[in-house]
Amino acid sequence: MATTVYDAIVVGAGSVGMPAALSMAERGLKVLVIDQFASPGQGSNKCAIGGIRATHSAPAKIMLCLESLRIFSTWEQIHGDKIEWVQGGYCFVAYREREEQVLKGLLTTQKAYGLDIDWYDAAALVKIIPGLSLHGLRGGTFSPGDGSASPMLSCLAFYRRAKQAGVEFRFGERVTGIMQRKGKVIGVRTDKGGYASDTMVNAAGAWARSVAQAGALDVPVHPDSHEAGVTEPVAQFLQPMVVDIRPAPGSHNYYFFQHAPGPIIFCITPDPPVVGTDRRETSTFLPMVARRMVDLMPILANLKVRRTWRGLYPMTPDGSPIVGKSKILEGYVHAEGMCGQGYMLGPGVGALVARIVTGHTVDGDTGVLSELSPARTFGGGEALK
Amino acid sequence: MPDFRIREHPVLAIPESPPVPFFWQGRELFAREGEMIASALFANGIRVFGHHTKDRAPLGIFCANGQCAQCSVMADGLAVKSCMVPVKPGMRVEPLSDRPLLPDVPFEMTFHPIQTVEVECLVLGGGPAGLSAAVELGKAGVGVLIVDDKHALGGKLVLQTHKFFGSIEACHAGTRGIDIAERLENEVRGFESIRVWMDSVALAVFADRKVGVLRQGHYVVVRPQVLLVATGAREKSLVFKGNTLPGVYGAGAFQTLVNRDLVRPSERLFVIGGGNVGLIAAYHALQAGIEVVGLCEALPECGGYKVHKDKLHRMGVPIYTSHSVVSANGSKEVESVTIARLDPSWRSIPGTERTFACDTILVAVGLDPCDEFLKKAKEYGLPVYGAGDAEEIAEASAAMFTGKIRGLQIAKALGRDVGEVPPEWHKTAEVLKSRPGATVTEEIPSERSGVFPVFHCSQEIPCNPCTSICPQHAIRIEGDEILGLPTFVRDGCIGCEQCVAICPGLAVTLVDYRKGADEATVTIPFEFTRQRIKEGDTVTVLDTDGNVLGNVPVTKVREPKFADHALMVQVKAPAEFATLIAGIRVQEPWVGEPLEEMIERIEDDEIVCRCERVTAGEIRSLIRTGLRDLNELKGLTRAGMGACGGKTCPNLMKRLFREEGVALAEVTDLTQRPLIMEVPLGAFAGVVTGTGPVRDVPPIHTVAAHEGGV
Repeated sequence: MATTVYDAIVVGAGSVGMPAALSMAERGLKVLVIDQFASPGQGSNKCAIGGIRATHSAPAKIMLCLESLRIFSTWEQIHGDKIEWVQGGYCFVAYREREEQVLKGLLTTQKAYGLDIDWYDAAALVKIIPGLSLHGLRGGTFSPGDGSASPMLSCLAFYRRAKQAGVEFRFGERVTGIMQRKGKVIGVRTDKGGYASDTMVNAAGAWARSVAQAGALDVPVHPDSHEAGVTEPVAQFLQPMVVDIRPAPGSHNYYFFQHAPGPIIFCITPDPPVVGTDRRETSTFLPMVARRMVDLMPILANLKVRRTWRGLYPMTPDGSPIVGKSKILEGYVHAEGMCGQGYMLGPGVGALVARIVTGHTVDGDTGVLSELSPARTFGGGEALK
Repeated sequence: MPDFRIREHPVLAIPESPPVPFFWQGRELFAREGEMIASALFANGIRVFGHHTKDRAPLGIFCANGQCAQCSVMADGLAVKSCMVPVKPGMRVEPLSDRPLLPDVPFEMTFHPIQTVEVECLVLGGGPAGLSAAVELGKAGVGVLIVDDKHALGGKLVLQTHKFFGSIEACHAGTRGIDIAERLENEVRGFESIRVWMDSVALAVFADRKVGVLRQGHYVVVRPQVLLVATGAREKSLVFKGNTLPGVYGAGAFQTLVNRDLVRPSERLFVIGGGNVGLIAAYHALQAGIEVVGLCEALPECGGYKVHKDKLHRMGVPIYTSHSVVSANGSKEVESVTIARLDPSWRSIPGTERTFACDTILVAVGLDPCDEFLKKAKEYGLPVYGAGDAEEIAEASAAMFTGKIRGLQIAKALGRDVGEVPPEWHKTAEVLKSRPGATVTEEIPSERSGVFPVFHCSQEIPCNPCTSICPQHAIRIEGDEILGLPTFVRDGCIGCEQCVAICPGLAVTLVDYRKGADEATVTIPFEFTRQRIKEGDTVTVLDTDGNVLGNVPVTKVREPKFADHALMVQVKAPAEFATLIAGIRVQEPWVGEPLEEMIERIEDDEIVCRCERVTAGEIRSLIRTGLRDLNELKGLTRAGMGACGGKTCPNLMKRLFREEGVALAEVTDLTQRPLIMEVPLGAFAGVVTGTGPVRDVPPIHTVAAHEGGV
C-alpha cells in the first residue's frame, strides 16, 4: 500500500486532466496524475485539431472558454513555452436561409455575454476568407477573439509546469478500482498499485465511463469518433477557423483552419455518428470531407493531405459537459463528457476543478456548476455544437 | 558547360529522343523525354534543389525513390517530389526554399465519383516479388491488380545492370536484372486476368479493409479479397555530421540516377557500407566512368558477397574495413568526406581520421522493409501476404522465389485447384535468402597444360549458373547444393568460355596452356566500354584480393553475344602467375589517396529527422529528461511529423534511445497513420485532372460510387 497520501488524484493526463492537475498544484495541493497511455495527451488531446472559441451558445461553455482563452493567449508571454497560439477568429458561413437564421439567432445571447461576434454579408465575409465560394453565399459570423493553438504542445507545456509544481505522474497504468469507505473516496487502485487520496477527479475523456464504473458509479458518457486530417504547410493565406454547419449525405458540419506552422487542419462530423472507441482510420473520411471543402473553397484542391487520424468525442446525452462534485460518492469530482471540446474547455474546467476541490468557488461558478451538474436531467441539446 | 549525362555505357543502351526544354529559375535547360525532374536537374549539374525553412540548410536528393521528401521543388506552381514527377515540355521548376504559396487551381473543375473496385488479389508493387507472384496467380486464372508507383514495371530490377546470382531455374541466374524485369513483365502482360496500374500509389490500408489508391492523379478505392504486399524496401539513413548536405544520398538513389536515367551525377564518390548494395553501387559507378575514392565498412569484414568486394579490389578501389564516416564536409555541397577507424565499441579512434576529396557520398548502410501496409492489413483483418523485401530483406533472387511461393499460396487460398507448394520450393527460398558463408582458401590449379577454368570464388553464396551452363557438365558443386563452391572436373574443358561469361561475380577465368607451358592465354571478363581496352594495350593484372601480379599485353578483345555485353579480354601471361589472375585494374591507385590537409570536424549538429531538421542533440536531451514515448517526442520536436510521413527517422530515434542506455522495450513506438505519401485534397474530392482514366473498364467489378458534396 502506498505511503504517500495525495490531496487529489486526477485520472487522465489529457486536455482536461493536465490543466486541472496544474491548477490544483498551483493552489498548493499534492497531486498525482494517472494515465493509461505512455505519455501526456495520447488519448484524445493529440487528436484535437486545436480550435479555441468562446463563441458558444450555452452560458457555461462561454464562461469556461473565456477563461481558457485567457490562459492560452497569454501562455507564451507568461511561461515562454511555444504553444503556437494564433488569434485568427472563427467564421461560421451560411449558404442557406436556415443556417443564416440559426447563426443570427444566436448573436443576441453571444453578445449579451460580451462576446466579440458579428454578422458579415457575403462581400464582407470573402474579405475575411479569401477564396471562399461566393456561389449562394449569404454571409456569416466572425468572432476575431477566438483562435487556435497546438493541443499537443500546450498539453506538454502544462505537463512541464505541473512537474515543476510538484505534480507526480504514473503513465501506462489503468484504473481498476476507486477505493471507498463509508461513501467516501479513500484512494485509487490501478493494475500496478494503489494510491491514497480523499479526492479523485475523473478527467478520463472517452474512457471516463469505465473509470467511473471502477467505483461502481455510472456517468452518461458515450464516445463517438470523428476523423481529421492535416495538409502540407503552405504560406499563410487563411486567418480564421471556417465552419460550415450545413448537413450533407453522410455528414453534419465540417471545419478547417490554417495552423501556425502552415498546414490546413480539417475535421468532419459523421452522420449518423460512429459510436464506440474505435480509433482506426476508415476509407470513407477523405472523399467525404474533401469534396465538401473543395466545393466551399476550390483553391484547396491542390493542397496536399499529409496525414489523417481518428479521435474520440466523449458525448453526453445533451451535448454539455459534466462538471462538479458527486452527490453519490464524496470526494469524486466529475470533469467528464467534454463532447469534443475538451481542448478548448480544458484550462477553464481545470481552474474550476481546482476551485471546487479547494472549496474556493466564486460567484460566477454557481451558474456554471448548475448548468453542468452531474445531477441534472439530461435532455435537449445545444444549438451550436 | 559540363555534361553530366552518360553517353556510353558497357551494358545499357543510350536512348535517342529529342530534348525536352524546361526552365530552372528562369533558365532554359533540357531533359530527356519522360525524365524525372531530379534526374534532369542532376544532368544539368544542379544538385541543390532548395533550402529548409527552419535553418536555410541546402537540400538535394536522398532516396530518389519517392520515400523521403528532401528533393521537393516547385514545378509549375506545385510543390512536388522531384524524383517522382517527370519533366513536361516548358515546365517551370523553382527551388523550394520557403513555405509554398497555396497552389492555384483551374477556373472550372469537374468531378468524378470516387469509385470502389473489387479484385480478387491486389498486388502492391510490380518488382521482382510482385511480378513473380502475379505470374503464378495469372496461371491459376486469379483476377489480379498490380499497383506500382513508378512509370515502368520491374521495381529495383530496372537498376540492376549486373548478372544475377542464384540458379538459372529458380531466378534467372546469370541474366542481368534489367533483362529479368523485361522477361517478367512480358509474362505478366500475357495473362488476361492481370491488370496493371502504373504511376499509381497505394496510400493507405483502411480499417474497413479497403485500400486507397491514387491512380495517375485520380483516387480509387480498391476492395481486395487478398492483399499481397510486395513493396520492397527503403534505404536506411545514417546520422553523421553533414549527412543532409547535397551530394550525400542513398546508393539506391545513385543507381536510379545512373542506371535508370543515365545521368552521371558524380566525378568522384565515396561509399559508406560494404553490403551488396554498396559494393554493387561502387562497381556501377566505375562502369559509368566515375572515380570511386574508397568504400568504408564499420565491421571488420564487408557483409556483401566476397566476389563483389574482390571485383572492387581488383579494379583499384580501396576498401576500409572497421572504418566509419565522421563527416561530410562542404559549405553548400559535398567537397570531401572524413572517415576514421573504429574501436571495438564502435567509437572512432582520434587521430585515425582521413579526409578524401569527393563530390558525392553514398549511404549504403542497409535497408528497412516497406511493411506499413503489411502490418496495417494484419491489424485490420484483411487477408494479407508479404513477399520480397517488404517481408524480409534479402537478395532480389530470393524475392522472386518467395513471390512465386506467395502467388501459389494466394491462388490456393482463393480456392483455385493449384495443389500444395512443393516442399523443395520452401527449401530453395531459404537457400536464396542465406547469408554468405565462410571464406575458404582458393584452390589454384598447378598444372601447366591444356585448357581449364579457374574459380576465384571462395565464399559460399547461393549461386550456381556455371554448373548449369557448362556444355561438358564439367563444373560441379559438391553434393549438388547451390550453396557450395564450384570445382572443375579434369579434362572436360573445350575452352568455350561460357562459364567465364555467365559468372555474376566475374570470378571465373579461362587459362589456356595449349600453346606451351611457359606462357598461358588467360580470358578475363571485363564489363566496361570497348573504349577502355583494346588489343595491344598493356594492362595491370591483379589477383583475387587486388594484389598486383604484373603488366601483361592484351592479345584479343571480343564481345561475343553469349557474354551479354561483357567483353572477353585475352592476355598473355607467364606461367608463374597466369592462374592467379582474377582481373584487370581499371582505376589508378592515386585516385584513392587521401588529402594531405585534415579537414576539421565540423561542429554542426547531426540531423536525425530530415524533414523537420531535428538534431540528435535535441532528441538526446529529451531522452535524458526521462522521455520514453516516440509520440511525445514527435509532439515536442516535430521529428517524424514531416513530409516523408515518418519513414526515415523512427529507427534513428530508436538508436539514440539505445545509445542512451534505454531498452527499446521501455520505449513506445510511433503511431502509424495514413497516408503513405502526400496527395492533393482535390484527388479525394474527385477532381478530374486529365492525367489518367477516372473509370475502370471491365473485368474489374465496380461496387459503388461515393458522391461527396452538398
